Parts: sequence; C-alpha cells; structure tokens
Amino acid sequence: MAVVATEAGAPIPERVVRHRFGREDAVRWALVAGFALVLYFFIVLPMGKIMWRSLLDNDGRWIGLANYARYFGTPAIAASITNSLFVALLSMALTVGLAFLYAYALTRTQMPGKGVFRVVAMLPIFAPSLVQAFAFVYVFGNNGIFTRATGWNVGIYGAKGIVLAEVFYCFPHALLILIAALSATDARLYDAARTLGASNLKTFLTVTLPGVKFGLVSACFVVFTTVITDFGAPKVIGGKFSVMATEIYNQVSGQQNFTMGATVSVVLLIPAVLAFVVDRIVQRRQYALVTAASRPLVPAPSRLADGAALGYCAAIAAVIAGIYLVILIASLVHRWPYNMGLTLKHYAFDTVGGYTPLWNSVYVSLWTAVVGTVLTFGGAYVVEKCRTLASGPLYLLSILPVSIPGMVLGLAYIFTFNAPDSLLNRFYATLAILVVSNVIHYFTVGFLTATASLKQMDAEFENVSASLGVPFYRTFWRVTVPIALPTIVAISMYFFLNAMVTLSAVVFLVAPGTELAAVAVLLMDDAGDTAQAAAMSVLIIGIGLAVRLLYWIAMKGVTRRTQAWTQVGALPASGGQP
Amino acid sequence: MMESAATRPAAVALEGIAKRFGVFIALRGVSLSVEPGEFVCFLGPSGCGKTTLLRIIAGLERQNAGAVMMAGRDVSSLPPSERNYGIVFQSYALFPNLTVARNVGYGLETRKVGRAAIDARVDELLTLVGLRHHRDKYPAQLSGGEQQRIALCRALAPSPALLLLDEPLSALDARVRQSLRHEIRALQRRLGITTIMVTHDQEEALAMADRIVVMNHGVVEQVGPPVEVYTRPRSPFVARFVGQMNFLAATAGARPGTARLGGAEISYLPAQADGAEAAPGEALTLAIRPEEIVVGPAAQTAPNRLVTRIRSVQFLGSFTRLVLTVPGDGDTVLECDVAANAFAELGVKEGDELPLALRSDALRVFRVGR
Repeated sequence: MAVVATEAGAPIPERVVRHRFGREDAVRWALVAGFALVLYFFIVLPMGKIMWRSLLDNDGRWIGLANYARYFGTPAIAASITNSLFVALLSMALTVGLAFLYAYALTRTQMPGKGVFRVVAMLPIFAPSLVQAFAFVYVFGNNGIFTRATGWNVGIYGAKGIVLAEVFYCFPHALLILIAALSATDARLYDAARTLGASNLKTFLTVTLPGVKFGLVSACFVVFTTVITDFGAPKVIGGKFSVMATEIYNQVSGQQNFTMGATVSVVLLIPAVLAFVVDRIVQRRQYALVTAASRPLVPAPSRLADGAALGYCAAIAAVIAGIYLVILIASLVHRWPYNMGLTLKHYAFDTVGGYTPLWNSVYVSLWTAVVGTVLTFGGAYVVEKCRTLASGPLYLLSILPVSIPGMVLGLAYIFTFNAPDSLLNRFYATLAILVVSNVIHYFTVGFLTATASLKQMDAEFENVSASLGVPFYRTFWRVTVPIALPTIVAISMYFFLNAMVTLSAVVFLVAPGTELAAVAVLLMDDAGDTAQAAAMSVLIIGIGLAVRLLYWIAMKGVTRRTQAWTQVGALPASGGQP
Repeated sequence: MMESAATRPAAVALEGIAKRFGVFIALRGVSLSVEPGEFVCFLGPSGCGKTTLLRIIAGLERQNAGAVMMAGRDVSSLPPSERNYGIVFQSYALFPNLTVARNVGYGLETRKVGRAAIDARVDELLTLVGLRHHRDKYPAQLSGGEQQRIALCRALAPSPALLLLDEPLSALDARVRQSLRHEIRALQRRLGITTIMVTHDQEEALAMADRIVVMNHGVVEQVGPPVEVYTRPRSPFVARFVGQMNFLAATAGARPGTARLGGAEISYLPAQADGAEAAPGEALTLAIRPEEIVVGPAAQTAPNRLVTRIRSVQFLGSFTRLVLTVPGDGDTVLECDVAANAFAELGVKEGDELPLALRSDALRVFRVGR
C-alpha cells in the first residue's frame, strides 16, 4: 500500500474540501433526485412488484416458487419457452442474414435505385407488428388469395407464419444498424488487402466481417429481443403455436390469472436481460474504426455484382411493398378475397366506437414525444453533467428498459398502479399511464442518443460558465439545447412513431375511454373484423408517414435557422487583417 | 498601483495543497504565492500536477487538504462562480452556436448590466485584440488563433481579478503560437491582471513568465524568474527540463570546489553547488549547458580543459551541435552547441579530437542521491 502523504509527511485525507452548498447545487440535487424518483416509481417499483407477485398465489398468499414449478410442470405452457426461443433465434438468423445482404448492396455496390430501396425497406417501422401477419394471412391463410387460387394451403398458422412476419417487421431495425456498420470503413484497408494479394473472399473474411462484427452483434440483439417480446404477430398468425408473450396475454386477459402472468413475465425477462448483457459486454470492446485520416470506400462498378444486388434488393423490396399493398387493398374492398369491389365502409370503425382510438393514439404519441424527449435528454444531462455517486446507478437504470418486454412492463404497471387504496391508483386507467408506459418502454434508445450528443460537446462549457458566474441551467438553455436541437427533434420523432405502433406496452393498460389505435386493430381482428383492422393499420401507417415527412421538412428549416453556425466556410474567413 | 506591494496581500496564495485520486497522489502539499499583477507559469511534464493545481485554484477540482487564498480571503469553500477569475481552456470551449460578440458578452448578460454597456465592453475588448470586424461571425468561421483571442476576451469581459490559462497555445501551430505569446503578454501587462498559465513548453514559460513554478510528481521543484531557473537550476530535474543540459558523473575532489572527472581535475564555484560541501570521494553530477562549453582558441588556455573526440556533427541552422565523447570514459557523451561561423573557423570534422573547457562559472554541481 502506497503511503498517501504530503512531502512533509502529513497524511492526505480521503475526503475533499467541500464547497459551500449554494443555490446551483440545490438545483443540481433536485434534478438528480427528481430523475431518480421517476426511475424509481416507473421502473424499480413496478419491476419489484411483478417479481414479488410471481411468488404469491391469486389470493396474495406467499407460495414461494410454486408458480414456477407449475409453469415448468405444465407441458402445454412450458412449451412456450422453447417455442419462443426457437422463433426468436430463427427470425434473428434470417433477418440479420437478409438485412446484411441488403445493407451490403446499398453500401458496397453501384446498383441503381438505392434511394427507393432505402425508403421501401423502412416501411415496417411505421406499422404495428400485427400488420405483417395480417398480410401473410390474407395471402396464405385458409381464405388467402394464394390458397384459393392454387388450392394449396401452405399451413401459414404457427411457427412458419410468425417467423415470416417477424423477419419483415424487424428488417428495417437490423438494416439501419448494418448500414451504419458497413458505412464506417476505411478504403485504405481494402487497398492494403489488394496490394497484399488477398482474394475477394479473403478480403471479405479478414477486413469486411471483422469491421462489422459489432454491428452484427447489435443487430442480432435487437432482432432477438424484439421477436421474443413481440406479441402482435404470434397473436394473429400463431394459431395454436404458443409463445411466452401470447402466454402472458392469455393468462392475464383470458384467464385473469395475474400471478401466472407475472411468473411467465419474470421468465421472459431472463433471455431478454441475458441478450442485453451479452450485447453490452461485446460493445464495450468496440473501438473506433474510422479516424480523421480514413478514406471513404467508393465501391467499384461491376456488372455482375451490381446486377445481383439489384435483383436481390428488388425482390425484398417487392415483398415489403407487397405486404402494405395487400393491407391497403384489403381495407378498400367489400370482402377480401370474395368481393373485390371498392368501398370505404371499413373506415367507419363501428365496432370500436369510430375514430376515438386513432385520435387517442395521436394524442398519447404527441405527449410521449414531449415527455419522452424531456425525460431522456434531461436525464442524460443529469447523469452526464451532474456527476454524483448516483450517476452510475441512474445510468444503469436508464439503459435497462430496452430489455424489459412491453407486456411485462404493462403488467407490472397494473400491479403498481391498480392498487385501490393507494394514491398511485389515480394514475390508473388514464391516458397519462399510457404515455408513461410508452416513455419507459422506449427510454433506452432516446437516453443513449441524448448521451452520445452530450458527450460530443466540450466538457468545459459548464466550467467556462461557472467561471463567468453564469448558472449551469442557463448555459443548458442557451448553449446545450440549441446545439443538440437536431438530436432532440430526432428523439421526439422516435418516441412519436413508436408510440403510434406499439401494442405490447399498452395492451394491458387501455381502459374504456382510453383505447388506442394499435389495440383497436387487435380487438377488431379478434372480433373477426379483419378488414376494419386493416383499415385502421392503413391510417396508423399513413399518420406515421405524414409525420415523418413533416419532420423531414421541419428539420431542413431547423437546420437552416438554428444550426447556421455549422455552415463552416459559408462566409470566407477574412484574410487580410489590419 | 499606488499602494506599496508590501502591504498588499498576495493575489493568490496556496497553503499546503494536496490532492489524491485514490492512491495516486497528484499534489503533495504545494505552497506558493502569486503577487498582484504578476504573470506566473506552472511548468512541468504531463502528470506533474500543474493542471490539477490550476483547476483547484479555479474551484473546478477540490483539494483533499490545504487552502486557496485570493487577495487575503480564504476561498477554499467557494464554488467556481464566486471566485472572480476568468479562464481560457486548451480547447477554448467557445459556444459554437453564439456569435463572437455574444460569446464575449456571455458573462455580462447575467449581471445587471444594460445591453448598451455590454455592447460597449464587447467592442472594447474585441478592439483590444484586433478582432472587432469579426463580432458577428460564429467561432467555426475563425482561425485557431482568432478563436483563442476570442476566448481570452470572453474570460476578461467581466473584469476578473485573476486570469487562468490552461495550455492556451498548445492547439496552435508554431508560428501563430509565437506571435500570440507576445500578444497575450502585452495584453496582460497593459491590463495589469494577475495571471497564472499552465504549460509544458519550457520555451513558452521562459518567454512569457515573470516567475516560473517548475513542478514534478506533485511537488514544486523550483520557483523563480526565468533567468534564474535557467542559469541556476536547483535540481537535476529542473536542469534537464528547462533547456538542454549535459550531465557528467564525477567525484568530489580533495580540495573544496574541485571534482575529479576521469583523469582531470575540474574546479567550480562553490556557490554553484546545491547545499553543503561534499566530502572528498563522494559521487557528484556536474552539469553544463551545450552553449556554455568553450571550444577553439579560448579553450587552449582556459582551466577545466578536456580533450574529447567528435562523434557526430548536426547542422541545425544558426548553430551546429557537436556530439562529443570523453576519452577513457566511453559512456560519457557531451553535446556542445557552436555558432555556425565559429564552427567553420574550428575546421574540424567527425572523428577529430577537440579540446574544450568547462567554464567554472557555468558548471552546476549536484550531489548524487540528494
């Protein structure tokens, strides 16, 4: 043990000389405490409740692990675990494989039409997970157009259908990650490989693959987690094939067996959290591939490669576009596939009370965007800039929600907020709880995006302000927020779009008067009104696309007005000084 | 300026500042004082604690022990915003979304100062550094040196009592750095503002400071005016870090003020030795700067003569550096700087013998192990 002492031999104490506690410190601590309280009430407390509940019976008596024993002991229910893993792993392999080729074609070839392929591939982001499943049912189902035309029933209900629907649902998420990974490369590495006489295959294996391995792991993580926690597609197309997410839904909504729902939820947490931990460990070893000296890779034109890429992307894009075309047509005809005459009658939504769910959805999504952006950006600022002992735990709690399945979060909120003799109960069955549930469900991505943009800013901004006697919150408002505005708008966009399409986080929390569009889609499908379900899906997608377009236009304006300072070189730097 | 310096308290006084990060000790009890209007440089290699010390003065880092006094007042428990200083960071940390004028006026906007007064102060400062015509530009539209001066204006705008500069020139290229040295120094003189600058560049410290604080491993090695630090380094570390220095292993001679170097007896001025006289036979280190070695005709008759052999000759423009070996002691290498024209007069080349003399008034003597 080194001697910790001054030159004169006096020991140096471990604690530091404290500064006087001032007004700014009070504000800082209030922010930290406020953020901690939010995370406590909406993450820690609910997750604690659901775990506790899985150890009780339906009358609230302690029964230890008996629920788990019953779960694993009932073959019909236990099968949902292996089913879930099977579907998730298969979808993961297929999606990442297909998306990798698509991303490779977009970034490493000279094929034409890249812009169109990019836009089409992003379509699934605007749709609830049920929509892909609807389309496959419309085509390959018992009354599907393909089945009727050929007389061949491919047996789409079950694992086959779930995997197909999930692959196209997750495709854009994996694609975005892989495009980013494949774009971050250095042409000099490829030049070096060529001068050393490496074959194309060898270059691919030794340069390309190692360069994108972190992206591949990330994509696998995202797809695996999305599929294993998704409930929309299995509900619509799963038939008798039971997965954990539908099992939770059946236990809670079907049998009112909340404790078994809690038990399956806790079990479902395990693979999700495990995937999350693996991803964090792998990503920690990531290093920068692109430096200031890097040269971007410009793919060389090649007839064969470009042609193959074009064919492949056209095929994938055709399937994706086909899915949405089928949904659009099905919503506009009398009775798919028997009477294909055009009508708008399915847009009346008589079974779910008209357009209320849709407007509720827009309202909730807008609030989710506002609250989510304030909370993630504010939270990231608190964790990054108000360094305290709480920073570490707060950071961990903030990135945890990505591994909490939406249904588990929803069920946990029931246990927490549907407590008749508690103040928290006021919150139950309101639109507010839907907003909070969405915010927490999508918290991690917003938080990490905000953190990344804060880390890019000069760490001395706050110190300069302090030396000038300007309180940190003023600098936050005058400098930090304006610089981060593009990020802030992007985060709010992310929250809005996801809140429009999510089903799992809200399905247990909607109540009479607070129905949402995605839930209405589920209910109408359940009631056999598939055409109305398709019509509602079309409107959800339409609103998403419209908002995305508005965002794009607004962003151009925002960038022009508030980011004028980034236009370096717009004015010539004055040469001749007096 | 009318008060006598003796009655005024030090602008900054540090009393036993100690700082640790876990078991790593950044500062081992540093005490020093900075007089009003003085320009002081903290000089040392990276990791010596100089930046930590500056940040403790600024209140951006909290010391584990010791006190920071400003103008006689203990500010140890005050947050940065109440310490009344301006600071310029290595990165400048200019706010990229605000114009030059708004950056400079940033610290005035929260005070109860009118818009017109702010504008006047901003213009005054920008005029002072010759950048008034840039007032409506954004930082990214300016060169590094211009950004640096804007950061300086911003720090000075609220008229602080103290200016702190954290490696302010190290991000600039050599030519700009040279001219800014003079500009900052002139501005500091003109405003009479007490200034502390952190740097690892000894040339910068020598050129700018009234006094240099040389630091190493969290300890102050020497404090003094540049000339004193250069000519009378108090430790081998200071000798090596500030300027070029040759070190020669020797033993103390029988008579005071002498040392044995190989077969030769070398005499030195006792005032150049650090502390008490060494006992005969005790190991010593002799140190001499390359430009203080006498060669050519003057060396023939001077005391402390040595005959060396030229190992290599490096042409460095205005002077030539000779790398010499001392015969009989193959490990000892001496570097000797000779003005270009003087070297031509010597008429020697690599491999030749070269007699030289170690000026006794230029020799520094350190006792080994002290």
